Amino acid sequence: MDALDNLGVWGSVLVALVWSALPVVFILLYALVTLYMEMKVAAHMQDRLAYMRTGWHGTLQPFADILKLLQKEDTISQAADKKLFILAPYVVFIGTYAAFSAIPFSSIYIGSNIDLGAFFVVAVSSLVVVGILMGGWASNNKWSIFGAMRSAAQMVSYEIPTALAILIAVMITGSLNLQEVTKFQEGGIHNWLIFGGPLPLTQKLLLIPFTLVTFLILFIASLAEVNRTPFDLPEAESELVQGFNTEYSGMRFAMFYLAEYANMFLVSGVAVALFLGGWSSPFGSFLSGPVWGLFWFIGKGMVLVFLQIWIRWTLPRLRVDQLMYISWKVLTPFMFACIFGVGLILVL
Amino acid sequence: MSAVKGYFHNIWLALSTVAIGMKITFKHLFVPAVTVQYPDVKMKLPDRARNRLYVNIDDCIGCDQCAMACPVDCITIETVKSTPDQDLGTTSTGHKKRLHVSVFDIDIAKCCYCALCVYPCPTECIVMTDVYEFSEFDRKNLIYNYSIMTPHEIDAAREKLKKAEEEAAAKKAAAAAAKAAPAPSAQTLAAPMTGGAVGTPTKTEGSNAAQSPKPTTPAPDSSGQTGNS
Amino acid sequence: MIESKTLPTRYVTRPGEIRTSSGKTLRTDEMIINMGPQHPSTHGVLRLEIVVDGEIIVDVIPHIGYLHRCFEKHAEHMSNYQQVIPYADRMDYVAAMNMEHGYAVAVERMLKLEVPERVEYIRVIMAELQRIASHLIAVGTFGIDAGAFTPFLYAFHDREHILDLFEMTCGARLLYNYIWVGGLSHDLPEQFVDKCKEFCVYFKPRIKQFNDLLTYNEIFVKRCANVGVLPKDVAINYACSGPMLRASGVNWDLRRDDPYSIYNRFEWEPQVGKGEMGTVGDTWDRHIVRMREMEQSVKIIEQALEGIPAGNVQAAIPKKIRPEVGEIYARTETPRGELGYYVMSDGSASPFRVKARSPAFVNLSVLPEISRGGMLADLVLIAGSVDIVLGEVDR
Repeated sequence: MDALDNLGVWGSVLVALVWSALPVVFILLYALVTLYMEMKVAAHMQDRLAYMRTGWHGTLQPFADILKLLQKEDTISQAADKKLFILAPYVVFIGTYAAFSAIPFSSIYIGSNIDLGAFFVVAVSSLVVVGILMGGWASNNKWSIFGAMRSAAQMVSYEIPTALAILIAVMITGSLNLQEVTKFQEGGIHNWLIFGGPLPLTQKLLLIPFTLVTFLILFIASLAEVNRTPFDLPEAESELVQGFNTEYSGMRFAMFYLAEYANMFLVSGVAVALFLGGWSSPFGSFLSGPVWGLFWFIGKGMVLVFLQIWIRWTLPRLRVDQLMYISWKVLTPFMFACIFGVGLILVL
Repeated sequence: MSAVKGYFHNIWLALSTVAIGMKITFKHLFVPAVTVQYPDVKMKLPDRARNRLYVNIDDCIGCDQCAMACPVDCITIETVKSTPDQDLGTTSTGHKKRLHVSVFDIDIAKCCYCALCVYPCPTECIVMTDVYEFSEFDRKNLIYNYSIMTPHEIDAAREKLKKAEEEAAAKKAAAAAAKAAPAPSAQTLAAPMTGGAVGTPTKTEGSNAAQSPKPTTPAPDSSGQTGNS
Repeated sequence: MIESKTLPTRYVTRPGEIRTSSGKTLRTDEMIINMGPQHPSTHGVLRLEIVVDGEIIVDVIPHIGYLHRCFEKHAEHMSNYQQVIPYADRMDYVAAMNMEHGYAVAVERMLKLEVPERVEYIRVIMAELQRIASHLIAVGTFGIDAGAFTPFLYAFHDREHILDLFEMTCGARLLYNYIWVGGLSHDLPEQFVDKCKEFCVYFKPRIKQFNDLLTYNEIFVKRCANVGVLPKDVAINYACSGPMLRASGVNWDLRRDDPYSIYNRFEWEPQVGKGEMGTVGDTWDRHIVRMREMEQSVKIIEQALEGIPAGNVQAAIPKKIRPEVGEIYARTETPRGELGYYVMSDGSASPFRVKARSPAFVNLSVLPEISRGGMLADLVLIAGSVDIVLGEVDR
């Protein structure tokens, strides 16, 4: 930090820009890898091979996909609301990307070390809802409006279990700062919050069922946040063609797609940071350090992303009213019960 | 109480069935893929596979059975009768060929691959092969011309047939005329005895021919008719 | 305001309705959505015009005819009765053997022709194999409509084995021209019986796996239960047949109740919907009836394979088919329901009229009745559970 004072205004601006651009680089690389992984995992679960011809076993296919999307014609229907239509993908991406700033990638890298980290993440990621509504409405297409409405209802409803689950992690750690929460869980796999955290043994054992349930609920709610099956009704291919995405083509569609994948990693990252120890190594001090921290964080995040992909290709889709039922009548009551239980255990 | 029990039972069912489903898909991750990577690896088709038609035109006797059997009328056959002195040979199955097959077109784009043309063929010259990669850029190339006769040969065959028919008609007319007018024929028989030139029989025959109506190709019928009437 | 011509004039208005001075009832707040001839559900070219009030369906008007290929007109112009078989295949292309079987049964009844035992056994094996293949498509695409993509591929993997068996026998995978009037076009190859037995052994655990993955999955059950309920009397009044009818609780299967071929020699049970997960006659019942019918078909195939006699499959094929002047209606049970052929002969070698009573066409007519009041997401499932093949609906 002392070195920065000597750089002057332009220097510090440049450093700030580079610092905040690192997640973009990460997102782009990660999107390519995840595109490939999704296709291959889906294919092998279905006993078939996916891409085999572009590159060795199809490794160049994500590049081909992105190149194709980039060079497509940019169509905007005449009756569409132009300003909103153009702005919508960017709003969605900004909502996701802004939340990346509070995620600790490593002990030395966090976009901005704010004390309200968890709260900030939940709040800013709600921008995605605004973006989707904009996109659906501005397309001037009945099917898009359907998709946008459903998606907005879904995301808003599932933010409640998400926020409550984050609240439990905050209750145990005592801080909203995600870096602090991660540091709290350092020291090995037994210190992870999903197994109760570094607390005295009786408290820990009593906490474990609650934290397990909380992690499960956080995971399910995060599936709904990113519109993945079984909660992908907004994009239900067999009914609405592509939901709110219908009218988008080329670069804008690529933007939506990228935002969806970034969102996937965002919610996985939050779950990892809060419950699975973030960048800390599961072996305690062995294989730990700033660079190793990055590896552990991204590795754990990818495991959760793989879980999301696995679930997508196994389960059928839920209907809108069943989706709402699950959020309001199953997840939220269970979360309240968990908060009550965890609070009781921590106080006693 | 049962509503509450039902509620928890539902949740338990949901989680357990989801877990069972996920176990199945996870196991399938380790099953080798069943995909055959087509252009590089081609599966071997069974013996009876029905794909593109092939006609061994040397064995075709022009019987038209396949064209009549086809439900979509994709086979066009035209034949020219051969004259008795022509020997077209026999097929490999022992049938004697009596017809020149001048046109044998199969429009493979219309073919429905039902193999109804294969069964009636007496010489088994039309078969369904196992070739399935026969796309063309131009639709006209999908009309397969199996006949090997050149237009010149077809014309020659038609001419020969026409001539043979004309000669046959002439002979028939001459025979009919000979039956109708016996006296001139006695004269013609007597003529060579008088020591006339050898050429005289033809003269008298020519005069005989002049007496009977001149036979032209449709005329055999008319001469027959005049003979009858 | 949309004047709805399909709704009858009522004397009591409901909320959202206005009564005009001319006595017609006008509805407000509706949207007409087109699930166009092409849509991502894999059912073919069917156009559903949906009148929707928010998310609730008010009316569904199916528009068909996009795949009409004049089967009946073609049949009149064929030079003999055997030439109609390739056309009959192409009506319901996923259950082609059953279509051919139905036609052969009809013409043989008209000719009063007895076919050899071996032919009957082989026909039953082929028809039941085709029933399994067709039901695999039905349940696979039903899974896709519900959002589960993986079971579809498992179903198609199993179907490949069946198609390999067919290809080994007659040379074609989808449109066979195998069951002829009076016999079959080819005899079974030598390795068929063993391969078929292998298939039966392989297939039974696959049905169980499919059930674990999709049928009993709670999310799927919640999607399908109590959706698209078809009551017993409505099903009978609309002349539904096949799994749709049986799922509504009516124990009626033509193979047992109006027997043709040699089905009465085998031990098997028609499957009836019992409303295990919801109401009797909902989409889940139709799905489970199809799954269980596949198990029964395997049973029939195994019994038939044990008992095939020797014989000549082409012995009874008549050289010239020239029935007496007359007509006949013969019905058989295809995977979709009752397929009827009404054949009229005028004494010549070519049929005078062949009318096909298509089960999918009749089953589709009940779609508006069972989807009113449901949600848009349910309509896709209901249309999928009717199991239509547009080739048969439009002929």
